[in-house]
Amino acid sequence: MSTIQGTSVLFWHDLRLTLRNPVWMLFAIAQPLVFLVFFGPLVTRTLGASGLSSHNAWQTFVPGVLLQLSLFGAAFTGFTVITDLQSGVLERLRVTPVSRTALLLGRVLRDVVILLFQAIVLLLIAIPFGLRADAAEILISLAFVALIGLSLASLSSALGLMLKTEESLGPLFNTVLLPLLLLSGALLPMSLAPGWLNGISRVTPFRYVLEAVRSTLQGHFAAVVVAEGAAVAVGMFLLAMFCGIRVYMRQGA
Amino acid sequence: MEIIVADGLARTFRSGKTTVSAVQGVDLSVNRGEIVGFLGPNGAGKTTTLRMLTTLLRPTAGTARIAGADIVTQAAAVRQRIGYIAQAASASPKHRVYEEMHLQARLHRMEPTLARRRIEFLLTQLELADLGHRMACTLSGGQRRRLDVALGLVHEPAVIFLDEPTAGLDPQSRSNLWEHIRWLREEQEATVFLTTHYLEEADALCDRILVIDHGRIIAEDSSANLKQSVASTVVLVEVDGDAASGVVVLEGLTEVREVTAMDGKTLRMSVGEDDDDRVVLDAVTALRAAGLEVRSFSLTRPTLEDVFFNLTGRALRDGAGV
Repeated sequence: MSTIQGTSVLFWHDLRLTLRNPVWMLFAIAQPLVFLVFFGPLVTRTLGASGLSSHNAWQTFVPGVLLQLSLFGAAFTGFTVITDLQSGVLERLRVTPVSRTALLLGRVLRDVVILLFQAIVLLLIAIPFGLRADAAEILISLAFVALIGLSLASLSSALGLMLKTEESLGPLFNTVLLPLLLLSGALLPMSLAPGWLNGISRVTPFRYVLEAVRSTLQGHFAAVVVAEGAAVAVGMFLLAMFCGIRVYMRQGA
Repeated sequence: MEIIVADGLARTFRSGKTTVSAVQGVDLSVNRGEIVGFLGPNGAGKTTTLRMLTTLLRPTAGTARIAGADIVTQAAAVRQRIGYIAQAASASPKHRVYEEMHLQARLHRMEPTLARRRIEFLLTQLELADLGHRMACTLSGGQRRRLDVALGLVHEPAVIFLDEPTAGLDPQSRSNLWEHIRWLREEQEATVFLTTHYLEEADALCDRILVIDHGRIIAEDSSANLKQSVASTVVLVEVDGDAASGVVVLEGLTEVREVTAMDGKTLRMSVGEDDDDRVVLDAVTALRAAGLEVRSFSLTRPTLEDVFFNLTGRALRDGAGV
């Protein structure tokens, strides 16, 4: 059985649970949704006061919410891995001939599919608030969401396998993800930030992805920012996949 | 025909500054069709050895081959040929019994029609027939254990590893599971390797027992042989008269290993387990012939607990005792 077949079998097996209880998928968007609904109108009006039109303001803000969803949503994958590890399910699967890569990818793909669904729901809700975007812009934004989701889910799974307990993984995410999210310029663009903050932001990967999605939603596909963001996103994805697969293969060593 | 061979298997765990040698050089050899048990207290290294043999853990030293495949370099081949039923429940709680069974079958590349038939058969055999559509978390403890067994057997493995198979089960479920394990060898011609710290289980099921303590195998033989060679039947005889003179009488009997007078009236003998009834009768006859009337006697046959105690100086039930 090839890795692709193994991934497919595990993917559908896990997805079946989600399809049986679809309501759970919507719980995870609660926090980004809260930001969208209760903070969005405030920040977009503030941005509008500095010259941006209403549509443009939402196009500036919504990517931040999408990034928040991607980061925290995909990071959760590690916790499901820990649950499976502690319950004995993962051990049982590991004593079958299925490839270790398929064990990782089946899980990660399932979570990314859910993430994309959640992202679409968020985007749909943002439209009545003022977001304007055409199909191409949405699709490209979702591609970025997918890449971030795949990267984070993969890294999270690897960490979950290595750390083995929720008490270890939880605090790690809490201390790392929020600063990264803020430094990306998710709530307000970094162009408004003081020099030193902007400088730190340039060293974090998500800033480039965020700027790329902003540019996309504003209709400027060909901008350099988009290329930069794509390069960072793809680079992260490749690195995360490499690390994830390596950990899955070596676990037990 | 050897189906499991291990040579110098060892595993150390490092945590911070401490290094723990969980397994220190285990050699073992299991032939096709045997039921072999790893007997030892908690912490002896049973589960660690099992996890190395089932490719879940890489050994820090040594090699092992299962059904001809090396556990490190040919891990996928090993996994295809073995079934592993761990101590923890292995079914995903929210999934249905059928779903988990079908997943196992697919991961083992079973052909769908064959898989379906095999699943029906196993669920019936393990008394889970009506539970196919139930979620695993709704099953009772005994049912979940049987589901774990079913999951490990879907692909008809030649070698089956069981880690503490009946731990935590009620007596009824336990003896049922023992029946199933015996059936595995009889009907499926499988080789079974189990770990346990229950001596009744080792006694009841295993052709051969490997006694393990502190990461090393300290004895290896059938239950009967172990008890005979390592421990003895203890016979207490109460006499009317001077026990000390009885000692001389009994020392004259060849099958009696050791005699002491415990107090004025009681004699304590060790005899081999083989034919111990007859030896006791001979002893009583000899004592009466010497003028010592026998008032009562008792026989205590050795258990694996005695075997373990004689080998290690500790009780099996007390655990590893650091």
